[in-house]
Amino acid sequence: MTLDLSRWQFGITTIFHFMFVPLTIGLALLLAIMQTAAYRTRDDVAAHEKWNHMTRFWRRLFLINFAIGVVTGIVQEFQFGMNWSLYSRYVGSVFGAPLAIEGLLAFFLESTFLGIWIFGKGRVSPRIHLASIWLVGVGTMLSALFILAANSWMQHPVGYKVVGNRAIMTNFWAVMTNSTLVGSFLHVLFSALVTSALLILGVSAWHLLKDRRAMEAPQPVFAASAKLALVVGSVAIVATMFFGDNQARVMERQQPMKMAAAEAIYNTQDGASFSLLTIGDLSGNPIFQIRLPHLLSVLADNSWNGPVQGINQIQAKDVAKSGPGSYKPILWVTYWTFRIMVGCGIVMLGLMAAGLWLMRRRRLERSTWFLRLSVLAIALPFVANTTGWIFTEMGRQPWVVYGLLKTSQAVSHIGAGYVVTTLVGFTAIYSLLAVIDFGLMTRYARCGDQADEPGTDHEREPGTDQAPALIY
Amino acid sequence: MALTLASATPAHSGLEVFWFIIIAILWAGYFVLEGFDFGIGILLGILGRDDLDRRVLINTIGPVWDGNEVWLLVAGGATFAAFPDWYATLFSGFYLPLFLILAALIFRGVAFEFRAKRTLPAWRLAWDHAIFWGSLIPALLWGVAFANILRGVPISRHFTYLGSFFNLLNPYALLGGVTTLLLFALHGAVFACLKTTDDIRTRASRAARVLAPATTAAIVAFLSWTYLNAHNAHDTGLVPPLVPILAIASIAVVEWLLRERLDGWAFVATAVGLICLVATIFLNLYPRVMVSSISPAYNLTIANAASAPYTLKVMTVVALIFTPLVLVYQGWSYWVFRARVGRPAQPGPASGLGPETPTPAASAATSGPAPTPPGQGGTS
Repeated sequence: MTLDLSRWQFGITTIFHFMFVPLTIGLALLLAIMQTAAYRTRDDVAAHEKWNHMTRFWRRLFLINFAIGVVTGIVQEFQFGMNWSLYSRYVGSVFGAPLAIEGLLAFFLESTFLGIWIFGKGRVSPRIHLASIWLVGVGTMLSALFILAANSWMQHPVGYKVVGNRAIMTNFWAVMTNSTLVGSFLHVLFSALVTSALLILGVSAWHLLKDRRAMEAPQPVFAASAKLALVVGSVAIVATMFFGDNQARVMERQQPMKMAAAEAIYNTQDGASFSLLTIGDLSGNPIFQIRLPHLLSVLADNSWNGPVQGINQIQAKDVAKSGPGSYKPILWVTYWTFRIMVGCGIVMLGLMAAGLWLMRRRRLERSTWFLRLSVLAIALPFVANTTGWIFTEMGRQPWVVYGLLKTSQAVSHIGAGYVVTTLVGFTAIYSLLAVIDFGLMTRYARCGDQADEPGTDHEREPGTDQAPALIY
Repeated sequence: MALTLASATPAHSGLEVFWFIIIAILWAGYFVLEGFDFGIGILLGILGRDDLDRRVLINTIGPVWDGNEVWLLVAGGATFAAFPDWYATLFSGFYLPLFLILAALIFRGVAFEFRAKRTLPAWRLAWDHAIFWGSLIPALLWGVAFANILRGVPISRHFTYLGSFFNLLNPYALLGGVTTLLLFALHGAVFACLKTTDDIRTRASRAARVLAPATTAAIVAFLSWTYLNAHNAHDTGLVPPLVPILAIASIAVVEWLLRERLDGWAFVATAVGLICLVATIFLNLYPRVMVSSISPAYNLTIANAASAPYTLKVMTVVALIFTPLVLVYQGWSYWVFRARVGRPAQPGPASGLGPETPTPAASAATSGPAPTPPGQGGTS
C-alpha cells in the first residue's frame, strides 16, 4: 500500500515538475539568444526595438513558469528521503553526489543570476545583464546534466561496487560519462528547446491569426518570434529524434526488457518488425497486431536482420540471474507511452517541415491552417515529455536501480496514512498551481505587446493602466 | 585512475568531520540568509500598511530570496551524499513536518512571482497570506526539527524512526520552534530597518525593538534547557558554554544597538546570534547526527551514517573549487542590490527621498536606469 502510494506520489510530483522544467531550460536559452540579438543591434533602432520587445514578452511567460519549476524541485529533492529512504540509504554514496553538486554548481548560478537579470537592469551594465541570462541558461543545463547523471545511474549503474547492503561509488568520472547519460542529456536538452520553441510558435501563431482576423498587419514581434521558433524548433526536433534513436540502441543493450516491452516483442526474433498497433489480453498475449517489417531491427540494431530479444526470453534470463519473480514492466503502459511519444515527435517534425517550407515561400504569416495547427501543437511537446518519462521510468520496473535494487525494496517504512496525507496534499497543491499557472500563462500570452510601453521595462497586467509603482 | 576504498571505515575520518562542519555551515548560512526572508514574510502585514508597502517589503528580498533558499537545497543534497543514513532517517522520520515545510515553501515561492500578476485586491491579499504562512510555518518547524534532532527521537536499531507526528511536538521542541520563529522575525525586522525608508523603516525599527526582548527571553530559555539536557547526557561543545553565551549576548544587545541607531550592527548581531545557535546545536550533537531516545547505541553518528570515503573525497574536491566562486557571486549580488527600497514619490516633483533611494517613479517612465517594475517584484 505504502509502495503504490509512494509510486503515485513520485510519478505525480515528477511529471508536474517536468511540465515546467523543459520550458525553463529552453526559454532561458531562447531569451539569451533574443537579448543577445537586441544587444548586438543596439545601433539599429528598429531591429533593437523588435528584439527588445521579444525579450520582454517571452520573459514574462518564462518567469511564471520558473517559479513553479523551482518550488516543485525542492519536493523532488526531498522526496527521496521522505518516501524512498531505503533507496536513499542504498544509493546515497553514488546518487547523492550529483544531487549535491547540482545544488552547488547549478542552483546557485541560476537563482543568483536570475535575480540579477530580473531586478538588475540599470544596476549592472548591459553587458553583465546579458551575461546573467546566459548564466541562468548555463545553470539550467548544468542542473539537467547532474540530475540526468543521477537518473542514468539508475538506468545503467556504473562506477560503483556493492559493499554489504550499499552501492558505493568507486569512480565519479564513470558516473558522469555513463553511456546512458550522453544520449539522455542531449535528448532532454533538445526536447526542452522543442518545447519552448513550440510554445513560442503557438502563442505567436495565435497573435498572427488575431491580426489576420482584424485585418491588421502582422505584429513584427510575433512574426519574428514564429520564425525564430521554427528555425530553433526544426533543428531541435531533428536532434531530439537523433539522440532518442541513439538511446534506443543503448537501451537494447542495457535494458533489453524495456525495448521489448516498448515494442511488444514477445519472443526473440531476427529482422524484427516495428509494431504500429497491438491489442493484447491482460496476461500480455497479443490478439491483433499491425507491424512494419524489419523496422525494429533497423532501429535497435542498425541492421536489416539483427536480432531483437523477446520479453519471454529476457524474463527467463532475468529469473536465472536475479531469482524468481516477474521482470516485466506493465506492458500496455510502456507500449503506448513509447508510441505516443514517438508519434508526437513525428507530428512535430512534420509541422516544423511545413513551417520551414511556408517560411521560405514567405507565406508563414498568412497561412491560416498552419497557424491554427501551431496553436494546437503547443500541447504536443508536453505530451511527448510526459510519456517519455513515464516510459523510461516505468519501463525500468520492477527495478529502481536496474539490476541492483527493486522499487519494492526502496520504499520507506512509513504508515500508509502518512503517505495518503502527503499524496492528497501535494496533488491538491499541484492542481491548484496548475490552474493558476494556466490562467496566468494564457492571460499574459494573449495580452500582446501593448502592455509594454516602448523604451521602458514595466510590466503591467493586461487590460489595466496601473502605473509602475515601485522603485528600487 | 584506480580509486579503491578502504575496506573498513575508521571510527572518525577527517572527511566525515569536515562534511559535518560543512553541513553545519550550510544550515547556519540558510538560517542567516533565508532567516530574514522569513522575517520579512512574517512581518509583511505588520510593517506593510497597504499594498504598496508590502510590495516594497517583498522587493527588499526579491532579487535574493531564491538564492538564499538554495542553501537549504545544498544542505539537503550534501546530507544525502555525505551522510545517506542521516538524510534517510531524518526525512522519512520527520515526514509530516517536512511536508508542511515543503507546502509552505511552495506557496511562498510562487507568491513572490504571482502576486504582482493581477491587480485584484483579493488576489493580492491571498498571496500576502501565502507569504505570511509560508514564512511562519517553516520558521517555526525548523526550530522544532533541530530541537528534536538534539533531544532525541525514537530511532530503532535499523535507523528507522518509530515515533509519530505527535512525538515531535514536545515542549522542548516547541520552545525551539518559538525561538527560531522569533529569531527570524527579529532578523527580518532588522533587515527591513536596513533596506527600507521612511514610515516602513520606522515601523520596522519599532517592531524590532518590541521583538528583541521576547527573542532574548526565548533564546535564553531554549539554550538553558539545551544546556541542562546536555549536562546529563553529553558535554561536547557546551563546556565551557562560550558559543551559546555568545548567541544569547548578541541577541540581548540588539535592542540597545537599535536604540543607538546602529542598524547595521544590529543586523550583524542577529546574524551572529543565528550562527551561534546553529553552532551550539551542531557542537552539542557532535559526533552524533541524530540522537536515538531508545538507546545511545542506536544514535546515528558521523561514522555510522557516513557515505563512502571516496564519495566524500570527490565532494570535497568539488566543494573546495566551487564554494569560493559561489560565495563571491552571491556576495556580489548583495552588493548590486545594496540600495534601500522605498515607496515611489507622490505625483509631482520627486523629493523627500533619501540620497540612497534611486530614481523615483517620475523618471521611471523614461527608460532611465534602476527602477524595478512592480510586476517583476516577485522573482523566479
